[in-house]
Amino acid sequence: MIDTRSNPAARRPFAGLRTWWMMLVISLEERLAYRGDFVLGTLMRFLPIVTQLFLWTAVFSATSRPDIAGYSRNDIVAYYLLTMVTRAFSSMPGLSGGIARSVRDGSVKKYLVQPIDYVSFLLASRIAHKLVYYIVAALPFAGVFFLCRHFFPPIPDALTIASFLLALVLSFLLGFFLEATLGMLGFWFLEVSSIVFAYMLVQYLLSGHMFPLDMLSGIGTGIPGLSLADVVRWLPFEYTAYFPAAIWLGKVQGAQLVRSLVIEGCWVVVMAVACRIAWWRGTRRYSAFGG
Amino acid sequence: MHNSNGSGDTPSLTSSQFAATNTPLIAVEGLAKEYRVYDKPEGLFASVSGLFRRTSRLVPALRGVNLTVGRGEFVALLGPNGAGKTTFLKLLSGIITPTRGTASVLGHVPWERADDFRRRFALVMGQRNQLWWDLPAAESFRLHKEIYRIETARFERTRDELVDMLDVRKLLLQPVRELSLGERMKLELVAALLHEPEVLFLDEPTIGLDVVAQHTLHRFLSHVQTERQMTVLLTTHYMKDVAALCQRVVVITHGDILYDGSLEQIVDRFTTHKIVTLDLDHEPSQERMERFGFPCEIRGPQAILRIDRSRIADVLPEILRSETVRDISVEDVPLEEIVASLFRSEAESHAREGV
Repeated sequence: MIDTRSNPAARRPFAGLRTWWMMLVISLEERLAYRGDFVLGTLMRFLPIVTQLFLWTAVFSATSRPDIAGYSRNDIVAYYLLTMVTRAFSSMPGLSGGIARSVRDGSVKKYLVQPIDYVSFLLASRIAHKLVYYIVAALPFAGVFFLCRHFFPPIPDALTIASFLLALVLSFLLGFFLEATLGMLGFWFLEVSSIVFAYMLVQYLLSGHMFPLDMLSGIGTGIPGLSLADVVRWLPFEYTAYFPAAIWLGKVQGAQLVRSLVIEGCWVVVMAVACRIAWWRGTRRYSAFGG
Repeated sequence: MHNSNGSGDTPSLTSSQFAATNTPLIAVEGLAKEYRVYDKPEGLFASVSGLFRRTSRLVPALRGVNLTVGRGEFVALLGPNGAGKTTFLKLLSGIITPTRGTASVLGHVPWERADDFRRRFALVMGQRNQLWWDLPAAESFRLHKEIYRIETARFERTRDELVDMLDVRKLLLQPVRELSLGERMKLELVAALLHEPEVLFLDEPTIGLDVVAQHTLHRFLSHVQTERQMTVLLTTHYMKDVAALCQRVVVITHGDILYDGSLEQIVDRFTTHKIVTLDLDHEPSQERMERFGFPCEIRGPQAILRIDRSRIADVLPEILRSETVRDISVEDVPLEEIVASLFRSEAESHAREGV
């Protein structure tokens, strides 16, 4: 108990991995401490979709067209159900607010004092958060999808399913780094909730959460040959809701699919770097201004 | 120059003993920190115009402090609120960067926050620091084991030892939010000491605790500190903490070090008189007592006098000669009072300078 300077454990292999695993386990346990709240929150998520279904049923009964922007009534239902799945991956409730709060109340200090990386820690705990969510939500999701199975086109081929899964994983990472970066703004502004609100609004419109983005392809931008949908494709938002759903429904295929996956991957990298820079500069500012 | 004490690959006990006698563990030179504060004028109109133009000024929290601390020292930082004690600890633990000056802790510049440095010290600040609020402390300890890369056998030995010393084994499996203030503080300390830090910073560890809990913490801290030869810096407002734990006292006021030395020397240096309590067989009169010294209080046959230290040897025999004394006691001015007057006089001199 005297000499700690030659701690051999500091050079143990996979130490970083083990730390990461422990952060995941602890976060899992913490999430499970609030399982009641969690179950309720999961079930509430199904409510908005019911109103969407009523709305689109009314829209289709008012028009004689069999489809809108390539979506039949069945496609629309399938689309909304699928965006629910993608949102389950890409939405990060409480992430930005939590980061900003930890800056405001000073608990972020812990990550400056302890040999632990805040961003990795947040990622581990968010993965844990999501895993608990999927465990709780699996049954209701399965039930709804089973009841609505006749709205869906036949199950796509393996390559499409693989692309769908890849897009989902990327959408999780994109959502995480986007909102973590927003939260890091808490180093500059005391309160980020209005910034997050503005982001949510834009994201709701441009992610395809509100309506399939194919409907934007008819809207011009003033530049000939460039529709609003073409612009949105280069933004990160559609990858957090529309894109995976569109893959499953066969709306994005071939070269376009590959290109979109690459764009999504690039956005993940860009936001991961932005998040890192924000953390780095934020802590520098924090330590210069007082902590 | 500060690297000789630690980060080498094959340090032995002898080399650390060598370091103990030669290199200070903490060396601080001209350390200064200024905070920028924004003035928030009163009134709605001013608040609105404040959205466009804010006036700010620099407030010095620490004005060029010099300090060296060797291995195994237990140092108390005393000072009134806002004196810069916490700022000092934040600088030494790398949470904030200084405006000027240098510091070296364990051979590292703290605010570079190297992992090797962060694995070798601990900071306990406030009550909700390291423990996970909704989980039992045992879980937080397991996380610390990984974060600090502690070997399993060593971890279990250290944990059991600390837990038994503080008698908190039965609390380990309860969610931390359900525990009392004192219980949480004990577990915070266990969490901070699991990785056997060489340097420990404690920011008001006994604040809000009852007397029994304070006493337990004192015993615990002094035991661990002696056994591990740990270097401890502690800020506090309680003289009891200082008397129980610290050989060395550093008084900070207005961002400057006012005094650095032993506790006893504070008494020597800053007090001019002693307190003499007399138990007489009659009720003394005010005038009679004023002959000996300044009568602080006369209640029935008891009188409490303040007597100049230089006169005490002459006055005491005189009292015994002229009064019928049942009992007599001579004491130093209570430490709290000395320190309070120290803070006060410093504040007054600052006010006079117009700072």
